[in-house]
Amino acid sequence: MSHDHSLNPKTMPEDPSKATMEGKHKFLGLWFFLGGETVLFACFFGTYLALRNSTAGGPTSQDLFGLDLVFLMTVLLLTSSLTSVYAIYHMKNNDFKKMMLWLGITALLGIGFLACEIYEFAHYIHDYGFTFRSSAFGSAFYTLVGFHGGHVIFGLSWLITLMVRNAKRGLNLYNAPKFNTFALYWHFIDVVWVFIFTVVYLMGMVS
Amino acid sequence: MSNAATQKRAFSAVLWDYLTTVDHKKVGILYLMGGGFFFLLGGLEALIIRIQLIKPENDFITAGLYNEMITMHGTTMIFLAATPLLFGLMNYIMPLQIGARDVAFPFLNALGFWLFFSGGILLNCSWFLGGAPDAGWTAYAPLSIQSPGHGTDFYVMGLQLSGAGTLMSGINFLVTIVAMRAPGMTYMRMPLFTWTTFVTSVLTLFAFPALTVGLFLLMFDRMFGSAFFDVALGGNSVIWQHLFWIFGHPEVYILILPVFGVFSEVLPTFSKKRLFGYSAMVFATFLIAFLGFMVWAHHMFTVGLGPVANSIFAVATMAIAVPTGIKIFNWLFTMWGGSIVINSAMLWALAFIPSFTIGGMTGVMLGSNVADYQYHDSYFVVAHFHYVIVGGVVFGLFAACHYWWPKMFGRILHEGMGKLAFWTFFIGFHLTFFIQHFLGLMGMPRRYWVFLENQGLDTGNLISTIGAFFMTIGTIVFLINIVYTAVKGEKAPADPWDARTLEWTIPSPPPFYNFKQMPLVRGLDPLWIEKTEGNGKMTPAEPLDEIHMPNGSILPLIMTAGFFIASFGFIYQTDHKAWLIALYAGMAIAIGCMVIRSLKDDLGFHISKEELEREAD
Repeated sequence: MSHDHSLNPKTMPEDPSKATMEGKHKFLGLWFFLGGETVLFACFFGTYLALRNSTAGGPTSQDLFGLDLVFLMTVLLLTSSLTSVYAIYHMKNNDFKKMMLWLGITALLGIGFLACEIYEFAHYIHDYGFTFRSSAFGSAFYTLVGFHGGHVIFGLSWLITLMVRNAKRGLNLYNAPKFNTFALYWHFIDVVWVFIFTVVYLMGMVS
Repeated sequence: MSNAATQKRAFSAVLWDYLTTVDHKKVGILYLMGGGFFFLLGGLEALIIRIQLIKPENDFITAGLYNEMITMHGTTMIFLAATPLLFGLMNYIMPLQIGARDVAFPFLNALGFWLFFSGGILLNCSWFLGGAPDAGWTAYAPLSIQSPGHGTDFYVMGLQLSGAGTLMSGINFLVTIVAMRAPGMTYMRMPLFTWTTFVTSVLTLFAFPALTVGLFLLMFDRMFGSAFFDVALGGNSVIWQHLFWIFGHPEVYILILPVFGVFSEVLPTFSKKRLFGYSAMVFATFLIAFLGFMVWAHHMFTVGLGPVANSIFAVATMAIAVPTGIKIFNWLFTMWGGSIVINSAMLWALAFIPSFTIGGMTGVMLGSNVADYQYHDSYFVVAHFHYVIVGGVVFGLFAACHYWWPKMFGRILHEGMGKLAFWTFFIGFHLTFFIQHFLGLMGMPRRYWVFLENQGLDTGNLISTIGAFFMTIGTIVFLINIVYTAVKGEKAPADPWDARTLEWTIPSPPPFYNFKQMPLVRGLDPLWIEKTEGNGKMTPAEPLDEIHMPNGSILPLIMTAGFFIASFGFIYQTDHKAWLIALYAGMAIAIGCMVIRSLKDDLGFHISKEELEREAD
C-alpha cells in the first residue's frame, strides 16, 4: 500500500475505509477497544451510583445541577455526532473537501461542549466549594464526568491531528480508515454522554 | 536474512533488533524472558516465605518484610510471571497456528510488551526505594489507603502500566484471530490453543478495565486526596473489593484457559489421536469464560452481602465445575486407546489432570458459601489456589515449553533433565501444598508472619517448606536444561513430534515472514490430514509472491520510558511538587511518541519474490 492509492470516483472502492487489510483491522480493533471502554465506564457508573448520596454534609446533586447548561451540552455533543456521520458519508462519496468541512464543524461543536464542561466544573468549585476532595460524591462525580471529558479532549486532539496531517493530501486508502475509526470513537463518547445525562443529571435532579 | 547471517551478527545489532522489533515471534520471546525473570523472582520470594514458616515463631525475616514478601509474591506471580509467560506463548504460537504472518497490530504488540516489562520493573524498584507494597496482592482498602510509605503507590502505577500492556495484547489477538486466518481455516477448524487464546483475549478485554478503574480510584485516594474509600467522607471500601474481583476472578481464567489449550495440543499429539469432543471443548471454554464473570463475589462471602447474593454466587461458582469436568473427561478420552508417547511434555500433562482436579474439587468446597465461613482466609484457600495455579498454569507452562521449544529455538530440550525436573517439581509441589489443606482445616490463618508451637502446625509446616525446596531444585534443573540445550541440544526438524497443526509445517525456528505461501487448510488438524493422505506437507493457497511486512520501531520503547518516568512523578509528587516536572516530562515524551506515530506514515516493506525464491525451504 502506498500513496498512489489516492482516490478518484473511477477507482474508488465501495468503502475506502475498509478496502485494505489495515483498514479492516483498525475498524475491528477499535470495536473491540470500545468493548473494553464500555466496561471501564460501567465501573465508573457503578462507583458513582454507589456513592452519589454520600455527600458528607456537602452540596447534593439537587443543590448543584442545572438542566439548562447540561441540555446545551447534550445538544452540542449529539449534534457533533451527527456531523461526523455527514463527514463519513462524504468520505464514502470521495468528497474530501466536504468531509473536512463537516469534520471541522464536529471539532467546533466538541470544543463548545468542552468549554461548557469546564465552565460547569469551575462553577461548582467556586460557587459551591464542591470539589474532587469534598466528599465521596464529589470524587465519584468528577471522576466519571471528568473521564468522559478526558475522552472528549483525546478525541478532539485526534481529530485535529488527523485534519492537519491530511489537509493537503486528500483522501487515500491509508488515511481513510483513520478518519473512520475516529468517527466510531466519537460516537462512543456520545453514547457515554447519553448515559451520563440520564444517570448523573436526570436522576440527580429527581432523587 | 538467512540463518548463518543471523548468527554472525554482533551483540549490539541483536540488542537493537530486539529493542525495535515488532515481529510477533521476537515479542513472544521477549515476553517469555521477561515473564521467566519475574517467575524466578516470585519463586525466590515464595522460598523466603516458606523458610520463615519452617518452624514455630521463626525470626528469619521481620513481620513487615514478611508482609512485603507475600504481597510481592502474589502480585509478581499473577501479573508479571504467569500472565506474560502465557501471553508470550500466545504471541509466538497463535499466529503460526492460524497461518498468519504476524499479528494484526505489530507496533501495538511491541508496545504491550514494553509496558508490561516497565510495569514489572517499576513495581520491583520499590524494594530499593523505601519498601515494597505490603497490603497483600489484593490491596484491600482501607488497608491499602493507610499503608505508609510509597510501596502501595508502586503497586498502583506498576500494575496500571502492565495492565495497559496486557489489554492491548488482548485486542491485538482478537483482531488477529478474527481477520487473519489462512484460507480454509474456519472457526471450527482452529486448534484449541488458538480458541483458548481467543476466549482469553475476550476475558482480558472485559476484565482488565475493571482493574484499571479500581487502580485509578486507589491512585486518586492515595495521591490526590479523593474520598472513594474514605469512610469519613462517605466513601465505601467494599467498592474496591468489587472492582478488584470483577477483574480478579476472570483473571484466574485468563491464566488457566490458555493452558487448557496447551494440554489440548499436547495430549492429541502424543496420543496420536484427534482431540476427543472438539466442539464440546470449544463450547466448554466459552461457558467457563461466561460463568467466570458471574462469580466474583465468591471471594467476598464473608463481607456480608447477604444470603441471597451469596447463594446466587455460590450456585454460579459450582456450575463452573460442569464445563471444567467436560474438559477433564475429554482429555481422558483423547488418551483412551491412543498410542501414547510419554516424554517430558506428556508427563506434565498427565500430572496436570489429577492435580488440577484436586484444585477444582476444593474450589467447589470453597464455593459453598456456608462452609466458606470456615475456610475463609485459612491455609485451605492457599492450598486450593496453588493447586489450580501451580498444578494447572505452571504445569501447563512447563508442558508448553517442552512441546514448543523446538519450534521457538530450533533445539529439543534434553529429555533426561526434563524428566528429572518434572519429578522433583511434581513431588515438591504436592509436598508443599497438599498438607496445607489440613493446616488450613486445623485453623492456620493465611498471611500470618509466625505460628505458635505445639498447636499441631509444626510438622505440617516443616513438610511444606521441604516441598518448596524440591520445587526449587526442579526449577534449577529446568534452567540448566535450557542452558545445556542452547549449547549442545539436539537440532530440531520442522516437525519433531509428528504433530497435527500448522506451526509444524514451517522450519524450526520459523523465518521472520512465517509462511512463504499461505497454506490451504482442509480441516481440523490440517497437517495431520495431509499426512494421512500421503502428501506430508501443505498445499499452498496462493502463488509465490512478494510479502508485505511491518517496519520495526524504537517508538514503543521510548513511549514506555515516558510513562515510566511519569509514574515516578505521580508517586513522588505527594512528597515534593518538584516531582511534577518528572510527571509532565514523562507524559510529554509518551504523548510526543504517539503524535510522531500518527504523523509519520508507516507503510512497511516488501520481501521480493526473488528473495523468497533464493531461500531454501
